[in-house]
Amino acid sequence: MAYPGRSGPRPAPPPSAHQECAIKAASPPKGAPAGAVTDVAVELHGITKRFPGVVANHDIDITVRRGTVHALVGENGAGKSTLMKILYGMQRPDEGTIAIDGETVELHSPADAISRGVGMVHQHFMLADNFTVLENVVLGAEKLHGIAGRARARIKEISDAYGLGVRPDALVEDLGVADRQRVEILKVLYRGARTLILDEPTAVLVPQEVDALFDNLRELKSEGLTVLFISHKLGEVLSVADDITVIRRGTTVASVVPSETNPRQLAELMVGSELPSPETRESTVTDTDMLVVDALRLTATDVDGVQRAVLDDIDFTIRKGEVLGIAGVEGNGQAELVEAIMGMRDPDAGTITLDGADISHAPTRKRREDGIGYIPEDRHRHGLLLEAPLWENRILGHVTEEPNSKAGLLNPAAARRDTERIVAEYDVRTPGIEVTAASLSGGNQQKLIVGREMSHHPKLLIAAHPTRGVDVGAQAQIWDQIRAARRDGLAVLLISADLDELIGLSDTLRVMYRGRLVADADPATITPEELGSAMTGAASGHLEGQADDGTEAAAGDEAEAATGGEDR
Amino acid sequence: MKKLDKERVLLAVAAPVLALAAAFVLTALVLLATGKEPFNAFGIMFDYGVKADSQVYILNKATTYYLAGLAVAIGFRMNLFNIGVDGQYRLAAFFAAVVGGALKLPGLVQIPLILLVGMGVGAMWASIAGLLKVYRGVSEVISTIMLNSLSGIVISYLLVDGRLADLDKQTNIVATDPLPSSSHFFTIPAGGGLDPIWGFIVVAALAGVGFWFLLGRTRFGFDLRAVGRSESAAQASGVNVKRMVLTSMLLSGAMAGLIGMPTLLNDTHQFTSDFPTGIGFTGIAIALLGRNNPVGIGLAAVLWGFLERGANRLEFEGYDKEIVGVMQGVIVLCVVIAYELVRRYGLKRQQQRVGAELAAQAKADKGTDKQEVPA
Repeated sequence: MAYPGRSGPRPAPPPSAHQECAIKAASPPKGAPAGAVTDVAVELHGITKRFPGVVANHDIDITVRRGTVHALVGENGAGKSTLMKILYGMQRPDEGTIAIDGETVELHSPADAISRGVGMVHQHFMLADNFTVLENVVLGAEKLHGIAGRARARIKEISDAYGLGVRPDALVEDLGVADRQRVEILKVLYRGARTLILDEPTAVLVPQEVDALFDNLRELKSEGLTVLFISHKLGEVLSVADDITVIRRGTTVASVVPSETNPRQLAELMVGSELPSPETRESTVTDTDMLVVDALRLTATDVDGVQRAVLDDIDFTIRKGEVLGIAGVEGNGQAELVEAIMGMRDPDAGTITLDGADISHAPTRKRREDGIGYIPEDRHRHGLLLEAPLWENRILGHVTEEPNSKAGLLNPAAARRDTERIVAEYDVRTPGIEVTAASLSGGNQQKLIVGREMSHHPKLLIAAHPTRGVDVGAQAQIWDQIRAARRDGLAVLLISADLDELIGLSDTLRVMYRGRLVADADPATITPEELGSAMTGAASGHLEGQADDGTEAAAGDEAEAATGGEDR
Repeated sequence: MKKLDKERVLLAVAAPVLALAAAFVLTALVLLATGKEPFNAFGIMFDYGVKADSQVYILNKATTYYLAGLAVAIGFRMNLFNIGVDGQYRLAAFFAAVVGGALKLPGLVQIPLILLVGMGVGAMWASIAGLLKVYRGVSEVISTIMLNSLSGIVISYLLVDGRLADLDKQTNIVATDPLPSSSHFFTIPAGGGLDPIWGFIVVAALAGVGFWFLLGRTRFGFDLRAVGRSESAAQASGVNVKRMVLTSMLLSGAMAGLIGMPTLLNDTHQFTSDFPTGIGFTGIAIALLGRNNPVGIGLAAVLWGFLERGANRLEFEGYDKEIVGVMQGVIVLCVVIAYELVRRYGLKRQQQRVGAELAAQAKADKGTDKQEVPA
């Protein structure tokens, strides 16, 4: 249990991001070890990088002091990842200089960067599942300490020195996400890195694991290592960073220290304007059932040929005007649930009833015609024909419906006209409807999908990570559209990894863990931390949040929510 | 927008033109390497190819090739690689010839019947591969290759004196019963003592129009193309992908069943042991060259006929006729490479233009708009 003393007076909550920032704000910044303060580990000056048609970075100046955690914040698509790829030698800058330890360098490849002591932990782990930790660590670095005894000793030594707690002989496939991340960090340290780049390290972690990671980072820092930390979660940044650089639209707009700022200010620096918020408080829930899922069960055969239940005894009801949010660490059955409701997988048992009609085994097309709108988790795989023009993408999924076709024949002229309308109404930034979907940015692709689905007036909208990889402006619009449709009686199944989005938009929350709905919560009172503990299976049943938790961190919540979503 | 479109047309034409140019250069090098003068060879082919009798020959050849190209293109449009067009076509032509030779109905009844038999047999033979793919996950590439061999075996078993064929004692050729003259397809006289043009060219043209209409203008065609572009997106959009695989395999096979019909109805009027083989493979090259587009396939089919006509002449002029085989192979390779290059360039170019136009827009209404930058 994460909160042992629930019945008695509430103990001090675990150091939540927001509260910690409040503490920090009151105290002077912790001084780095004497002598190291003036020492500069990395200096980027005037970095400019152009991609076809756009400038990803321009005139970036960053100075990273040795022995500090330096955070790089900016909204999705601001150019953080590009900048880090430049520092790691994966991309060459068009202009500007990189200096490592005071020496100007030209990085041609990651190998160059590693030899200069710069290592990177990617957002997506690069580990071989069927290898042990030891094997993964030495892979590609066999020359350093061999592959056996010496390597094991070195791994132990590093692990102990920074409190990583890595077991060299464990199989990677048996490790959880947080452990895998530590293996990645160890891999980089093993190769002699003195400066670590962490790309969105907290995106895959639940709040408790984030705290553990931050303890590791502080450990690294105290040993004189430098950490460059990329994030858009401001609470986290304020709690762990010594210096913060804000990037907006490809350039550095501010350098601040945590003690002199707050989440709201930081968020405004990132966004450059007023903040959107996912909050919806006035209830529009009716008592007409729209979607009823009863005892749904789905099994799948895993790689070892074993039949396993990926969905087990799932029960829930979504009423008209209600947003049901499902929280959970990815891979706990959310994708399968969506696919079962969409008809892409056939359930083994249980029923799905839409607006009174049993659709448990109906084909996908029938369900779409009956009024299920679908914003898929992976829009490139499930939502778009990337090499087809926008107007054909407008037809996708609704080919049997007006205005796209009539009596089996397509009506390209009407589809084109309607695409023009969607582009205008949903603010899809594109020079025209004949360009391919692939040439739009993620946010505009998503706006097109939302527009398409909403144009058919769905009864039920399935929104899986609707604002993932979407810029702030588009995010606010998508939230607005979901809210507006909800007012008109739309039922929404919302699945998101962004807990603030879930809490902000949902009328009801359920937590999914290992294919079951293990807990429910009231979004008005729950905190992300409490939700997080249920997501790891540590809590179940009805989660009793405390309303007064929210007030103090309200500004932080809002600010963080504004920049939520994942950079994938 | 206008400009983008113009550019797209330009890019669409650029690929085959580039490919042909590269192929000619490469073939010229091959000719040089064998010690022959290349441009003379091209000259001979061209002079001979544009003669009136050559034109008739080319059109007749192209009729067959066009149908083969369409049959393959149906599969290509949804990412199915029907290599079995050859087997489907031969088996279909054989059974159509057997049925046609056995009946003596008026042409108005019998010709459609023969066509239906051909299409049905082709579709059935293709459906084996389709069923195996849908229910057993067998790659259609493997199964159709094996079905090609099988169809050859089936034909050689049945095309034996006393089974479904007779031996002509004088010529020593085994053949099915000839079709009654009522079942001969009409021809278009070319005048001037030339051979006539096969009337089946009209059917081929109609098939082309049907292909365009089905794929471009119907719901079914949209679904089929969606599967070809992204199976996962098509499935999520409500297409029954398995059924679509089966249906398009059937369609491809039915079209393959038509390939032998111009030869059967307009030329040989019976199926003999020397009925042309390998047309299905030619169809693959033609579909590739024609970008799976009905007009493109037509041009490719004519080009192929032209090259083959030229090959016959080259032999008389002391060149190796195999050089045309080399040329065809090189063209296909160049086409595949050129299309991929042009496709990538086009995508990148479009992304650039979209980026540039959006940046310009953002500048125009500065302050209110957000410029987007890739991560």
